Amino acid sequence: MGEAIAFYVIAACILGFAVLVISTKDTVHSVLFLVLDFLFVAALYVLLGAQFLAAIQILVYAGGIVVLYLFVVMLVNLKRPPEAHADPHRKTMLGFGLAAAVLAELAAVAVYSANVPARPIVEAAAVPVTGNTEVVGWMLYTSYLIPFEIASMLLLVAMIGAIVLAKREL
Amino acid sequence: MVDLFVIPLLKIVIVLNATLVAVSYLVLLERKVIAWAQSRLGPMRVGPYGILQPIADAVKLMIKEDITPARADKWVFTAAPIISMVPALIVYAVIPFGPVVNLFGRHVSLYIADINVGLLYIVSVASVGVYGIILAGYASNSKFPLLASLRASAQLISYEVAVTLTLVSVILMSGSLSMVSIVRAQESSHLWYAFAQPLAFVIFIIGSLAETNRAPFDMPEAEQELTGGFHTEYSGMRFALFFLAEYANMIVVSSVATTLFLGGWLRPFPNVALLGFLDIVPSWTWFLIKSFFFLYVFIWIRATLPRYRYDQLMRIGWKVLIPMAIANLLVTGILKVVFM
Repeated sequence: MGEAIAFYVIAACILGFAVLVISTKDTVHSVLFLVLDFLFVAALYVLLGAQFLAAIQILVYAGGIVVLYLFVVMLVNLKRPPEAHADPHRKTMLGFGLAAAVLAELAAVAVYSANVPARPIVEAAAVPVTGNTEVVGWMLYTSYLIPFEIASMLLLVAMIGAIVLAKREL
Repeated sequence: MVDLFVIPLLKIVIVLNATLVAVSYLVLLERKVIAWAQSRLGPMRVGPYGILQPIADAVKLMIKEDITPARADKWVFTAAPIISMVPALIVYAVIPFGPVVNLFGRHVSLYIADINVGLLYIVSVASVGVYGIILAGYASNSKFPLLASLRASAQLISYEVAVTLTLVSVILMSGSLSMVSIVRAQESSHLWYAFAQPLAFVIFIIGSLAETNRAPFDMPEAEQELTGGFHTEYSGMRFALFFLAEYANMIVVSSVATTLFLGGWLRPFPNVALLGFLDIVPSWTWFLIKSFFFLYVFIWIRATLPRYRYDQLMRIGWKVLIPMAIANLLVTGILKVVFM
């Protein structure tokens, strides 16, 4: 009961702040609502018992990436109103199209997962460690080693790319 | 019922109040120590030897006029001091002041919560605190605070990397993210991590000076260049909140350094039976003594060292501290695999 109330309150906050992110005129305010949104997503992770994920969510997204967003927003002057588009309807149509595509995708996933019974991703006995962080680490280095390595390679490529772009001559 | 609600609430009340009192007296301590270092007396007028000075300061700040600049972003201007203060206070939830003790016939733990991801919680909450500084500078709509806040956020983000890397070395040694388990690991290995990880310890201290905007890295408050820093436009209690947050962060950093590197609440040489008489001193007293040592060193450094230049600060952070922290982490990992 308490858990359900907490979930609905958190979910309502997530959705509400998400709407505010895209509806606010001031870009800095919009970024701030995004931070609040990320904090409530972290709260949702805590509710699910995934403390490690919650801490990482705050550390990486709320504390790291959005600070960089804020830098970009503050350095790029967005105070002047955007020029009126030649065809304002075109943008609206495109938006509706994209929204419909996302909605269809979500509906497809929901229908599919309702038909296929959820199976536990790991057998509980297979993991010899206890504790949230330990289990995440164990899974990353056993069952999901290849995706993990691919993700780290991607990040390495991005880092090298950033250095190449930033430095004119090496 | 009592164990679930009353005792945790009591602990929260005690810790928050103790922190706020400690913060206001830390300000007095800083003024006194710097005065002594410069052959002055420091505050002497309010109470004997000036010990009531913090109360006078608080009253003064509360009755001062609260000004919001006309062209400021009002909501963000109001929120910024709160965003600075809250992370500095909620970090105390996971700091272990002592082990589980018997108090009035009950088992009471001298920490509010021992969560599985304690250290990660501290790092992530502290990383949210940087918003207070950025937003204060932005919302003031004034050029010096904006410059100061850009400096501050660049500094905080840079040094966060080095500090977090040293924390990872400690986590490798202890095998846990929980603050209580880290102290227990030091107890069972008979070694404070300051001696097992001397390089990490030094990098952590230097990095935390920069993280808390303390001298010699107090670029965000360089009066000569920035007329005061990111809080130039703030007055009264809102300014006081920034001030309190800075000192609360100092205490947080000292407590974390004590827990990770100086064995937390353990007495010196917990494995030597000959020093057993030291157990008369309660464990939390050891914790407070060790934390006080760090606080004193911070003030001492401020009284001794001149301020770095901004480019020097960035060079030290990126070209010295981060590579050394990475090397230290690599060596720690290799040694751990070889010997365990």
